[in-house]
Amino acid sequence: MTEKTPLLEVRNLWVKLPDEEEAIIRGLNLTINAGEVHALMGPNGSGKSTLAKVLSGHPGYEVTDGEVLFRGEDILELEPDDRARMGLFLAFQYPMEVPGVTIANFLRLAYQRRFDTEVKYTEFYKILLQHLKKLEMDPSFAGRPVNEGFSGGEKKRFEIVQLSLLEPLLAVLDETDSGLDIDALKIVSNGVNAMRSPERSFLVITHYQRILNYITPDYVHVMVEGRIVRSGGPELALQLEEKGYDWVRGELAGATAP
Amino acid sequence: MAQPDILNLDQDYKQKYGFYDEIKPVFQTERGLTRRVVEEISYQKNEPKWMRDFRLEAYEIFMSKPMPSWGPDLSRLDFDEIVYYIKPTERQGRSWDEVPEDIKRTFDRLGIPEWERKFLAGVGAQYDSEVVYHNLAKQWEEQGVIFVDTDTAVREYPDLVKEYFGTVIPPNDNKFAALNSAVWSGGSFVYVPAGVKVDIPLQAYFRINARNAGQFERTLIIAEEGSFVHYVEGCTAPVYAEEALHSAVVEIIVKRGARVRYTTIQNWSKDVYNLVTKRAVAYGDSVMEWVDGNIGSRVTQKYPSVYLMEPGARGEILSVAFAGDGQHQDTGGKLIFAAPNTTGRITSKSISKGTGRASYRGLVQVLEGAHHAKCNVECDALLLDEDAKTDTYPYIEINEKEVTIGHEARVSKVSDEQIFYLQSRGLKKDEALTLIVSGFIEPLAKQLPMEYAVELNRLIELEMEGSVG
Ligand SMILES: Nc1ncnc2c1ncn2[C@@H]1O[C@H](COP(=O)(O)OP(=O)(O)OP(=O)(O)O)[C@@H](O)[C@H]1O
Ligand SMILES: [Mg+2]
Repeated sequence: MTEKTPLLEVRNLWVKLPDEEEAIIRGLNLTINAGEVHALMGPNGSGKSTLAKVLSGHPGYEVTDGEVLFRGEDILELEPDDRARMGLFLAFQYPMEVPGVTIANFLRLAYQRRFDTEVKYTEFYKILLQHLKKLEMDPSFAGRPVNEGFSGGEKKRFEIVQLSLLEPLLAVLDETDSGLDIDALKIVSNGVNAMRSPERSFLVITHYQRILNYITPDYVHVMVEGRIVRSGGPELALQLEEKGYDWVRGELAGATAP
Repeated sequence: MAQPDILNLDQDYKQKYGFYDEIKPVFQTERGLTRRVVEEISYQKNEPKWMRDFRLEAYEIFMSKPMPSWGPDLSRLDFDEIVYYIKPTERQGRSWDEVPEDIKRTFDRLGIPEWERKFLAGVGAQYDSEVVYHNLAKQWEEQGVIFVDTDTAVREYPDLVKEYFGTVIPPNDNKFAALNSAVWSGGSFVYVPAGVKVDIPLQAYFRINARNAGQFERTLIIAEEGSFVHYVEGCTAPVYAEEALHSAVVEIIVKRGARVRYTTIQNWSKDVYNLVTKRAVAYGDSVMEWVDGNIGSRVTQKYPSVYLMEPGARGEILSVAFAGDGQHQDTGGKLIFAAPNTTGRITSKSISKGTGRASYRGLVQVLEGAHHAKCNVECDALLLDEDAKTDTYPYIEINEKEVTIGHEARVSKVSDEQIFYLQSRGLKKDEALTLIVSGFIEPLAKQLPMEYAVELNRLIELEMEGSVG
């Protein structure tokens, strides 16, 4: 583990909404090397989901400064689909419902794009069923409209089905654990762990130490008001659980006081 | 489905007719509509007196009726600029170069064979479709099914035509029905004898028939007791109209226990006013189904209707409209419940893109005595852009107490978040939009013969292209 290949490098990133002055992400730095699992924690509204969406290329945010390198390439000008094809994946905190579009039709296109191949419907169906099975989802989901009428937990699980199918190099999991029951949390964690490899990295955004018991992170970062204020090992998550965010806020205030 | 036949036909045609370079003197009426023009049309067709009188009377009605005061803007429609009749077999060859680029491109993308493209674009001589459905025709003949163009029917089946023609939609129904009655040409005449079930959709093979793709076609379908027929009108390739007005009339009589399905995919070029009257009368325990897709044209006004005349009759109307930039699709359906225990459903789905506007206009009328009528209306509109518009005009008139009427309307907008979600999985933006739109019109696509469904999907893809940015 001496040779480290950076997979994602975020340097001095500043992000705001187009029609607002105040930045949401305020000079954020983060490097994730191939094969690493990073956890990102932080109070509500600190900008975690914004970061996740900006990495994926959400058009609703404006990057005013900084750069984001993925596999060594500056991706900030790329469309979301280009980034996905490069191997970037976001499991959404709030997965979108897309009425009328079946999972099978949607994911067949996604699969073809990701792997730059043509796959027949019947053939793809078999592939899809394997991934549904991994996450213990019923085969009937293949024919259902994307996320429509899914329970909260089913939506989250379905995000991981897609992760498993599309084999990204970097997966950002935005509060995938929220809303999962204990059994589902295990299933999802197992799904994620089964995908861990020396090439693949994860950025796990969470509020709870619980998921980190299953998916052990290499690093834990704490984000407050748009930047990472503290980084450490798995023990940091435990300390947070115990002391709450005021603890880092307090330390921060102390550190920056004259 | 009939790929080999069609290919062979092409061969036949090349051998038999030399193809495309047949130039004959042309007959067409002068621009604008006068009594003389109507007389001329009837004369050219060598029609019996009753039809000539029918036309002339309709002409008077047309002249006396004002333009409709409701609905889409028709102010740019100039009746004096239109040529009302061009003798089909002598239509002048247009050169391929004159066909607009976007239409050529669409043909290309739809994978329509060269010879058929030229036909659809109005290039080259028209030819009889007889060869195409020769074999099928034989089969129908044995069953007693009549399937000919309406001009032929007037000549060969005068009694049948006379009995039903104009009975479902009389000339005084509306201004455009009157216009059609005065100048009609072409269209199909279908007669299905009692108990006969026609298992192949009529017209799937027939789409290359010149006389059918007219501006003012007139279709009459009679389904005798216990019979079944599925009629498919038009084609999904853009029909390059020579004139800016298409005004058809379709009349259908569904007798006791019979079932008729009538499917249309309209894709007129974007400068056409498409003003069509379609109506069916359905008798005891019969079923009438309209499947109506509208993609092309500048303005479409079309509300297929079913009059449920006797107990047990059922009417189903499925209307799908796509309104792109500058288009106004004003579509829907009408169900008239005139007898007890009749049932019906109107399902309307519309998509508006760019500056397109899709309106649902529907009428549900329950007449006195039609107790236990059941009706369900569902309108779904999908907006793809900020500027896209949709509106609904659901008219409901109920003159009976014990009835069940349901009405639901939904408008959804494709959100940036949905597009982002699909894009974040690797789909291009226009692919994502196409996927959403295809999913939305799936209920229509499912009702179509396979090759039409495929073409429809490709068409939607085309419409979605360039919708990005
Ligand atoms: N599209 C948007 N419109 C308006 N405000 C936004 C938008 N996106 C983010 N914000 C604001 O930016 C801040 C950061 O939001 P974000 O969703 O990134 O927080 P988060 O750290 O993910 O919070 P949580 O833990 O609650 O999920 C919040 O104050 C939020 O209201
Ligand atoms: Mg969040």
